[in-house]
Amino acid sequence: MSEIAQTSEAEIPRPADDRLRRALFRFRQSKLSMLGAAVVAIVLFFTAFGTVLAPYPEHIAGAVDTANRFQPPSLTHPFGTNELGQDVLSLVMAGATVSVLAGFGVVLIGTLIGTLVGAVAGFVGGWTDEGLMRLTDLTLTIPSLILAMAIAAALGPGFTNMVIAISLSWWPGYARLVRGEVLAAREEVYVTAARAIGANPSRILFRHILPNVVSPIIVKMSLDMGFAILTVAGLGFIGIGVRPPTPEWGTLLSLSRSYMPDYWWTAMAPGMAMFFAVFGFNLLGDGLRDILDPKARR
Amino acid sequence: MTHPLLDIRNLHLTMTSFDGAAHVLNGIDLTVNRGEIWGLVGESGCGKSLTGLSISRLVSTPPARYIDGEILFEGRDILSLPAKEVQSLRGKRIGMIFQDPTTNLNPSYRIGEQLVDVALAAARHDASILDCPPNASRRERRRAARRLAGDMLDRVGIPNAEARLDNYPHEFSGGMRQRVLIAMALIGRPDLLIADEPTTALDVSVQAQILKLLKGTVADHFIGVILITHNLGVVAETCSHVAVMYAGNIVESGPVAEVIERPAHPYTKALMASIPTKHSKRGSLNGLGGSVPNLISAPPGCRFAPRCPHAVEACTQTLPKPVQVGGTHHAACIRLTETEDLVDA
Amino acid sequence: MLYFILRRILLLIPVVIGLTVIMFAIARLLPGDPVSLAAGPNATQSEIDALAREFGLDQPIWTQYFDYLSGLLHGDLGTSLLTRRPVAADIAAYLPATLELVIAAMLIAVCIGIPLGLATAVWRNRWPDYLSQVVAIGAISMPRFFLGLLLQLCFAMWLMWLPLGGRLPIIVIPPPTVTGFLTIDSLLAGDMHTFVTALRHLAMPAIAMSLSPLATIMRMMRASTIEVMSQDYVTTARALGLPRAKIILKYIARNAVSATLTVIGLYFGWLLGGTVLVETVFDWPGLGLYATKAIISQDMMPVIGVALVIGLMFVAANLVIDLLYGVINPKVRYS
Repeated sequence: MSEIAQTSEAEIPRPADDRLRRALFRFRQSKLSMLGAAVVAIVLFFTAFGTVLAPYPEHIAGAVDTANRFQPPSLTHPFGTNELGQDVLSLVMAGATVSVLAGFGVVLIGTLIGTLVGAVAGFVGGWTDEGLMRLTDLTLTIPSLILAMAIAAALGPGFTNMVIAISLSWWPGYARLVRGEVLAAREEVYVTAARAIGANPSRILFRHILPNVVSPIIVKMSLDMGFAILTVAGLGFIGIGVRPPTPEWGTLLSLSRSYMPDYWWTAMAPGMAMFFAVFGFNLLGDGLRDILDPKARR
Repeated sequence: MTHPLLDIRNLHLTMTSFDGAAHVLNGIDLTVNRGEIWGLVGESGCGKSLTGLSISRLVSTPPARYIDGEILFEGRDILSLPAKEVQSLRGKRIGMIFQDPTTNLNPSYRIGEQLVDVALAAARHDASILDCPPNASRRERRRAARRLAGDMLDRVGIPNAEARLDNYPHEFSGGMRQRVLIAMALIGRPDLLIADEPTTALDVSVQAQILKLLKGTVADHFIGVILITHNLGVVAETCSHVAVMYAGNIVESGPVAEVIERPAHPYTKALMASIPTKHSKRGSLNGLGGSVPNLISAPPGCRFAPRCPHAVEACTQTLPKPVQVGGTHHAACIRLTETEDLVDA
Repeated sequence: MLYFILRRILLLIPVVIGLTVIMFAIARLLPGDPVSLAAGPNATQSEIDALAREFGLDQPIWTQYFDYLSGLLHGDLGTSLLTRRPVAADIAAYLPATLELVIAAMLIAVCIGIPLGLATAVWRNRWPDYLSQVVAIGAISMPRFFLGLLLQLCFAMWLMWLPLGGRLPIIVIPPPTVTGFLTIDSLLAGDMHTFVTALRHLAMPAIAMSLSPLATIMRMMRASTIEVMSQDYVTTARALGLPRAKIILKYIARNAVSATLTVIGLYFGWLLGGTVLVETVFDWPGLGLYATKAIISQDMMPVIGVALVIGLMFVAANLVIDLLYGVINPKVRYS
C-alpha cells in the first residue's frame, strides 16, 4: 500500500498505467487466478513443445510397437501403452497441440463472427439489428453440440472442418455481448462528439467503440476456452471431427473405452489432461472476470 | 437501585477500511430515560446511525471494533452480553425503525406474515405478548399473533387493517409502509425505540403524521425513543431532548427548548443558522463552510476546530470535555464564555 | 396470465420456421451425399436415384422445405432415410428417456446446489467456502463423458454395484407406458422391483449429467445470497429479533432462489441438448444417442426433428421459469 502511495506522489502515472497496475495487483491478490495462470502456462507450454518433448515421437507419427501392447504404467511408460503399443504419455502430450489449438481456433473464429454481427447490429440498428438478433436468438435455441455435430458431419472429417463447425455454433454469445456493449457505448459523450465533428461511421466503430468492448470480450474468451476444448474433445469422443491417428484427447479417450476394465490406464491420461487444461482456463477466466469486468464483481 | 433505560458511557468505535482505521465514535455519552424522546442530529457520516446500530449490536465486527466504553441497557452492558441474550433484547426490548420504507420490508412475503414472525420471535421471551395460554398449540399461537398484528396495524393508523395483512409490501404507499415498519418495531412492546431517519424518505405531509404517531406511542406506552435525524425542524417538533453530533462526538446536548433557543456550541449555532426561516432574505442561504474531517488521521483536539470561526490554538490541543451550560444542558467547547458575546454581537 | 401464455405460444411460430430453415440449410446446402450413404456402398446410380425420388430429395430445396412444413402441421416430422421409420414416432419413443435423465440430473443439482450455495454464502470467506469455490470450478471443468467413464469403471466394473448402461436389462419387462419415465411408470404399476432396477440404471448417468449444473447453481446461489444478505430488510429482521435460522432459511433463501431460477431454466434447456455425450457413454436410449447415430450417417430428417423438439422445449422451459418467477416474486405478476 505505502509503496503505491509513494510512487503516485513521485510521478503522476497515466491513468491507463495506473489501471493496469491496479489490475495486476488485484490479480496477484487472488490465489485462484494465479493458480489458473500457472496451469494455463503449463498447458500452453505443452501446446507449443509437446510434440518435440514427447519421449516416443515416433508413436505420434503413427508407429506401432505390438510387442509392447497394453503395458501398465511403469517408469518407461508413465501412463502405460495402448492397444498398438504406443506410449500414452507421448500421445497425450502431442494431443495438447491438437486440442488447445482447436479450442483456440473455435473461440477466435467465434469471436470474430460474433463481434462482427453484434457490432453491425448494435451500430446500424433498425431492421438490420432486428434481423441479425433474431438469427442470433434462433442459433442459441438450437442445441449447440447437435448443431456442431451436424455441420461437422456434413463438412466431413478433418481438423479445419471441425473447428469451423464448432465456431458456427459458438458466435451467438459474442454477438449478444458486443451488441449490448456497442449500444451502451454509442450513447457515450465521446461518440456523440466524434459524430458531431463528422467522423466516418466505420472509423467511429473501430476507433472509438470497439476498443471499449475489448475487456468483456477477453473475459468471455478466457471463460470459453475451457468449454471449447471440452466441445472439441466431445466431438472427437463421438467420432466426428478429427480421426485417428491424430492424437486428439477425445478420440484417445473414445478408443480406450473398448479396453476399459482391464486396460483402464489408457483412459486416465487423456481424461486427466482434458480436465487439467479446462480447469486452468476456467480458473484464469474467473479471475480475469473479477478484475476486468467490475460490473460482474460482487 | 434503578438504572436509567439506556446509558451510553464513553463509547469508542473504530472502523477498519482499505486506507486504515477511522475513529468514528470518539467517546459518546448519552443517557435516555423512559418518556424521553431524544433527537440525535448531525451531518451524514457523523456517527449517529452507528450509535443507533451499536445499541442493538448490529454493527459487524470486523470491520468495526469497540475499543472502549459501554452501552448499559437497564444496567446491563450490551457490548459484553452473550449473543443469545442480545438477540432476546432485539425486537422484544429494543425496537428499531430504519430510513427507507421501500427496502426494509421483504418484498417476497405478505406483511401479515412478517409481522407474525416478529411477534412470535418476541413471544419466545415474553409469552404474555400474544395473550394466549402458555400451553397453546402452534396454530393457536399463530392465530393470536395474527390478531395482534391486525391490532398493531390498526393502532398505527392503517385503515382496514385486518384485510391489509394479506397485502405485499409493494401494494402500500411509502407512508403506509413506514407505518407497517413502526407496527413491526412496536409489536414486541419494546421499552426503547430507535428510529433512524424514519421520515427522511417521505413526503412532508406524511412526515408530520409519522412523527405524531411516534409521539403518541411514547405517551401511551411510556417508552424511551432515540430519533436519529439530520433535520433540526423534526427535532424541534417532536423531541424532548436533543444531542448534536459532530464527527464522532456529541458536541452539545440537553432539553430541546434550551438547546434550540440558546445554542452554546459554535457547531450548533452554525446548524441553526443554516435553517432558512421565513424571515431570512431571498437568496441568502447560510451554509457551513468546509466539510467533515477525515477521521483516519484525526488531530487530537476539537474535531470542529478546522471549520470553527472562533477556533484558537488551544482548540487543536485536547478534546474538549462537556461543560454544563445550565440544568442538563451541556456543550463540549473550551470557548463557551467568549463565543457567547462574539455571535450575539 | 392467460394472455401472457398465449402470446408466448404465438411467438413460437417464428421460432419453428427459423429453426427449420437453418437446419434445412445445413442439411441441403453443405457438401455430403446422404442418399448414396443410405443406399449402401454397392448401390447403383439408378438405385440411388430411386431412393432420392422416394424421399423427394430430387425436388428443388424450396419444394422440399414447404413439403416439410405442411407435414409439420400434421405432426409429421419426415421419415428417416436409414431406418425408413417416421421421425415423429422415434422421437416420441426416445424423448421420455432423455427427459427422465435431464429431470433427474436437475433434481440432484437443485437439491444439492441450492443448500450448498446458501451455506457457503453464510460461511463465506472461511476455508470451507474457499475450498468449495475451487471444487465448484473443478466440477464445471470435468468433462462429463470422462466422469461417466470413471463412474462406470469404479461402480460398474470394479465394485459391480451398478449396471454399466442402458435403461433396463432386456430380460426385465418394462412397465406399461403412462408417462414414459420408467421410474414413475413402474411405481404406478406398483412394481417395486422394476422401480429399483430403473433407478439403479438411472443413477450414474444422472450423476454424471448433474455435476456441472450443480456447481453452477451453487455458485449462482452463493452470489445471490450474498447480495440478499446485504439488503435492508435483512438488517430489519435482525434488529427486530428474528432467530438467525429463520432469517437465513426464510427471509434470505426465498429471495436468493428467485434470482437463481433464471440460471436453472437456462441450464435445463442446455442439458436437453447436452445429453449426447452422456447418452453415448451409458448407452442410454434417448434423443442424444438417436441424433448422434443419425448424424454419423448424415440422415438429416431425425436431426432436424431432434433440433426442433429440443429447441421448442428450451423455449418452453424458459416460459415455465418466467411463470415460476411470478409465483415466487409477487411484484412480477403478469396480468
